[in-house]
Amino acid sequence: MSAASRAEAPAFVAKTKAGRITDFVDARVGGSGILREFGRKVFPDHWSFMFGEVALYSFVILLLSGTFLTFWFDPSMAETHYDGSYLPLKNVEMSVAYSSSLDISFDIRGGLFMRQVHHWAALLFVASIGVHMLRVFFTGAFRKPREMNWVVGSVLLILAMAAGFTGYSLPDDLLSGNGLRIIDGVIKSIPVVGTYTSFFLFGGEFPGTAVIGRLYMLHILLVPALILLMIVLHLFMVVVHKHTQYPGPGRNDGNVVGYPLGPVYAAKAGGFFFIVFGVVALMAAFFTINPIWNYGPYDPSPVSAGTQPDWYIGFVDGALRLMPGVIGDFHFEYVIFGYTLTLNVLLPALVPAGILFTVMFMYPWIESWITKDTREHHVLDRPRNAPTRTAIGVAGFVWYCVMWAAAGSDLIATHFHVSLNDVTYWLRALFFIGPVIAFIVAKRVALALQRKDREIALHGRETGRIVRLPHGEFIEVHAPLDEYKRYKLVGFESPSPLPAVPNDHGIVTRKEKQRAFLSKWFFEDRVAPATPAELEAAHGHHAPAVEAGEESKSLSH
Amino acid sequence: MKALSQKRRHPLAVIALLLMGLLVTGGLYAIATTVNEAKASTTSFTANDTAEGEKLFEANCATCHGMGASGSQDGPSLVGVGAASVDFQVGTGRMPMQMNGPQAYKKPAQFNEAQTHQLSAYVASLGAGPAIPEEHLLDEQGDAAKGGELFRVNCAMCHNAAAAGGALTRGKFAPALADVSGKHIYEAMVTGPQNMPVFSDANVTPEGKRDIVTFLKQIEANGSPGGADLGALGPVAEGLFVWVAGLGVIIAFTIWLTSRTS
Repeated sequence: MSAASRAEAPAFVAKTKAGRITDFVDARVGGSGILREFGRKVFPDHWSFMFGEVALYSFVILLLSGTFLTFWFDPSMAETHYDGSYLPLKNVEMSVAYSSSLDISFDIRGGLFMRQVHHWAALLFVASIGVHMLRVFFTGAFRKPREMNWVVGSVLLILAMAAGFTGYSLPDDLLSGNGLRIIDGVIKSIPVVGTYTSFFLFGGEFPGTAVIGRLYMLHILLVPALILLMIVLHLFMVVVHKHTQYPGPGRNDGNVVGYPLGPVYAAKAGGFFFIVFGVVALMAAFFTINPIWNYGPYDPSPVSAGTQPDWYIGFVDGALRLMPGVIGDFHFEYVIFGYTLTLNVLLPALVPAGILFTVMFMYPWIESWITKDTREHHVLDRPRNAPTRTAIGVAGFVWYCVMWAAAGSDLIATHFHVSLNDVTYWLRALFFIGPVIAFIVAKRVALALQRKDREIALHGRETGRIVRLPHGEFIEVHAPLDEYKRYKLVGFESPSPLPAVPNDHGIVTRKEKQRAFLSKWFFEDRVAPATPAELEAAHGHHAPAVEAGEESKSLSH
Repeated sequence: MKALSQKRRHPLAVIALLLMGLLVTGGLYAIATTVNEAKASTTSFTANDTAEGEKLFEANCATCHGMGASGSQDGPSLVGVGAASVDFQVGTGRMPMQMNGPQAYKKPAQFNEAQTHQLSAYVASLGAGPAIPEEHLLDEQGDAAKGGELFRVNCAMCHNAAAAGGALTRGKFAPALADVSGKHIYEAMVTGPQNMPVFSDANVTPEGKRDIVTFLKQIEANGSPGGADLGALGPVAEGLFVWVAGLGVIIAFTIWLTSRTS
């Protein structure tokens, strides 16, 4: 600011003391500029856009409740004899970590509640990330310019699982120890480096005396820090890219229709935080989670029935349960140069998860390579309007769910009074054919919904009113849609397959042929949106209908 | 010692050694096998009980277990299973069996206490077997913490650490133990009903069994300190709950929060 302009503008002096302090701060950090910029940020309103927020709020709850727990939790694997107030474990030999977890549960005011808040919030954190990602995938929100943010989100999912697993292992109860034992087994199954890695991680032979302390550091320091960093990146990119919106009249790739952040959206989002906190608090108050006192201290010999990981690791556990040890005479265990290669552990533990995460990370690029779509997209697809993508998503989801269900195979068996072996056989079959069936069914459903949309756009909504015409014909009266509703049904893209094109040298490469093949597979089955001409024709067809007035109204645009 | 070493090449030395070996193994075996059934006292049963029990047995059980409980193609012989076995199987309603299957289900008992007692008397009279446990073993005054340790090491792999039950192969299962009387728990350990192994007194001492019963009754009486226990089934039930109830409620809120627009 130059001296001249300062002289011109009358110096602003706030009337109240609070105002003067605000002005002082603002003049130095430029808060009002930031607030003006962010306050005007527009966010579209839709319930499915709020799962990312749920994840964020769950994370805040996790930080708050987790901090409380660190005040009393002692991650030591030293041996002690329990001397707290839970009688069925009185004088039982256990680690200090387990003993302090029990103390948090029984002898620290509010401790059990906070433990349950922390654990429920953790389950909700990963669940809301999952639902958020499903929403992003099925609406095509990962397309340009948001591919990088999709990757950051995927990293967040893995970090959330890592945070959950390291936390799950901390209380050193029987359940968490069994979980660690499985991880140890998986690590040891990795060829060549497995055993060394396991010894490195556990500081010697499993379980050792070091692992809880190490996991604790990862759980309270490294993983949350990485999550925070990724959240910052994620939100920064949301601000840069602006939020996506569902298709609708007046919405296009150049605008965002919704409420500004301040004041409406800020108030809504702030209130929503307390709603999420309230829901988690109610769950923690009324429903027990991870009753560590039931499981007893960890001891490598006993394994309780119903030993499962938390839900987000379940699909890996399920894949392990599905893997047969031998098929007929075919073994999965080999001894090569004196080293044992246990494929019956290595394959199920790493391959399905590997495929799932690789495809997840790569998907934005896979799709844009097939479709050659390099435009920016800010308007979302309705899932039915991208039938092949929707089908791919559903197939992947079903595949995941089959493995997920397999982690509860014993409970399925006991609660539905069926044979555990049969559950496993069925799930093994579904592991292979489930995604295929899901792909076909989802694609057909999407196409059928598109046809229904087209039908409604062209001929209006069935009213159920049957009218008899003077010459005896019966017709059902169709009410035409208003413009806004029709826009939703006709305003989408339906690309046709892109044939292979030669490159600059006039050669159609093998890769381009593969791309063309995939493009055909991707776009072959398509329902084109009703064109204005078709709409015109369809309405013309109904001209002699009784409700002439209504008809002419709908033709007028 | 010298005399013994001098006689070691005596023609009868081999026979003497063989005899000694047989006596030792036989004696040890006799001791080992009677550890579990020594308490097969039929003292509390009267002759009348046995006679009445026989009538009941012939009318209700002999179809499968054969006359004189000698077994048939449809059911095993019951000679030597002991009173505890009958008291458990009949007392919990598992016998008479509803239908053939991987495992008999618990159901309302078909016989009243007196009849069960008579049936037990009859079967106990056929051969020595585990007896119905004495009252002092069922007083639930043992060491719960010790019982908990025994339970986790011996029972939890099938019955679940919180005694909520678990699956076995091919439709068999280990039932949940809530609402099972201490007597029946004890009898199950001694007799190994259905697919359960026998936990003989050499394996888990009577005091240990008393501790286990104490532990189970204590955790049952304690209830769930953290709120509704969701079946005590562990992370699967918790995951299901957070997805259905937790996210369900939150989705309802999101719809409410965004319902005013578009």
